[in-house]
Amino acid sequence: MSTAWRIGVDSRRCIGTSICAGTAPEHFRLVDGLSAPLADVVAPAEVIIDAADSCPVEAITVRDAADDRLIAPEE
Amino acid sequence: MTESAQTADSRVVPPARPYPFSVPDRLVVDPTYGELRENEPMTRVKLPYGEEAWLATRYEDVRTVLGDVRFGRAPAVQRDEPRLTPRQQYSGMLTMDPPDHTRLRRLVAKAFTARRVEALRPRAQEIADALVDDMVRIGPPADLVEHVATPLPIQVICELLGVPYADRDRFHLWSEAIVSTTSLPPETIQEYLNNLWGYIGDLVAERRREPGIDDLLGVLVRARDENQDRLSETELVELAAGLLAAGHETTVTQVPNFVYVLLNNPDQLARLRADPSLVPAAVEELLRYVPLGVGSSFARYAKEDVEVGGVLVRAGEPVLGSLSSANRDGAVFADPDRLDLGREQNPHLGFGHGVHHCVGAQLARMELQVAVATLVTRLPGLRLAVPEAELQWKRGMLVRGLLGMPVAW
Ligand code: HEM
Ligand code: SF4
Repeated sequence: MSTAWRIGVDSRRCIGTSICAGTAPEHFRLVDGLSAPLADVVAPAEVIIDAADSCPVEAITVRDAADDRLIAPEE
Repeated sequence: MTESAQTADSRVVPPARPYPFSVPDRLVVDPTYGELRENEPMTRVKLPYGEEAWLATRYEDVRTVLGDVRFGRAPAVQRDEPRLTPRQQYSGMLTMDPPDHTRLRRLVAKAFTARRVEALRPRAQEIADALVDDMVRIGPPADLVEHVATPLPIQVICELLGVPYADRDRFHLWSEAIVSTTSLPPETIQEYLNNLWGYIGDLVAERRREPGIDDLLGVLVRARDENQDRLSETELVELAAGLLAAGHETTVTQVPNFVYVLLNNPDQLARLRADPSLVPAAVEELLRYVPLGVGSSFARYAKEDVEVGGVLVRAGEPVLGSLSSANRDGAVFADPDRLDLGREQNPHLGFGHGVHHCVGAQLARMELQVAVATLVTRLPGLRLAVPEAELQWKRGMLVRGLLGMPVAW
């Protein structure tokens, strides 16, 4: 069971829909029209996976901060 | 404290204008939007049904209304929401806010990612080529709406969901119930909806009997049966019906709209013919340029007092955001009323913004790209087969579009 996750947003993929920021406002916001995580390393929370799974271009990745295992998006 | 109270008290609420501002004229954007963006970016409007609302017309403000978590859709179900149709929608993704909305949305979002949609592109191309072959065989003049624009998106969404395409005539008729504003009597609307619901219910039952069926409907049925928290039976049927309806009506309408605009902009059409690699950018520009909706709907309700466009919107007040107006805002788009297929920066709001950003956007983009590329490259002489004034436009609908489009090539 991981104790911390690392959030990554690929700014080359992001198309600025703001779905992530609306789904998990405590973790994402839009800066100059593109998504940016408020903090890169965070405590695990289901809503972050929801945001990653809802991104239409799969720009958001969630990894285990310790071993880099991919947590979301699911294949 | 006194200061904010003063702001609230001194708030001027202008009298409401009837909305839409005018009877839709082809794909013309009413100049009132431009005047409002300039002089009164937050205005009061009264739609044919429901309570008065604010209308945001500037790009930045529309984005705030659609994207800011201080606004929500869920309160609409307790209210007489402003709308273009007599019937109010009380269920479905567009009546929910996170986290309820997220639960439904996540289930479908996975099926509609850019990557999944790319996998469908070869099949969409095959369908488009076959449709154009058939139309060419029939010979000009032929109706582009009937022969290409309608069957392409419907065939694609049917295969994706797992609905027999052979039943298209039945559900095409019933889905009119969802988009009709004045052209159908209320009893007929109810009858059509019941038919649509019953039909989907049967498809769901079939997937229960044969759990191996691997289409989107099968995936949704399994999600429902594995974890009942995820989806109720009613939600399952409504979700499928909603996707089916939304999955065709808009795209069906946009293909002829796009062709119409291109034919009216011969320099841009020539540019596209000379360089088909412009197709993706062209589709984005056409999504920006075409005012698909007759008027805005799906008002957002303020959950607390929010200042938007210099107006204090009070908690509980509904605000509409005009996508068509935002897409013509000169503050964001240089020379906004000009069609420019090579536009580099094009953050248009044709698919909305925020958590309700069109779930089918990637699918619609792919279909529109396939349709435009196929028509432009395979029919270099494409033109209207009747004078423009004889084209018949939809009436009494939410969307603007052609009832038929006789073409030659
Ligand atoms: C050119 C084609 C299309 C256009 C212009 C379009 C436009 C839109 C817009 C503007 C919204 C946002 C509404 C709002 O926030 O008030 C929306 C939402 C939606 N669209 Fe589309 N759409 C298109 C195609 C599709 C397709 C192909 C599907 C389904 C396969 C679809 C399904 C939906 C659904 C389910 C929603 C609601 C999403 C939610 O509430 O989270 N649309 N669409
Ligand atoms: S949901 Fe994806 S595309 Fe949309 S803003 Fe977030 S990261 Fe960007």
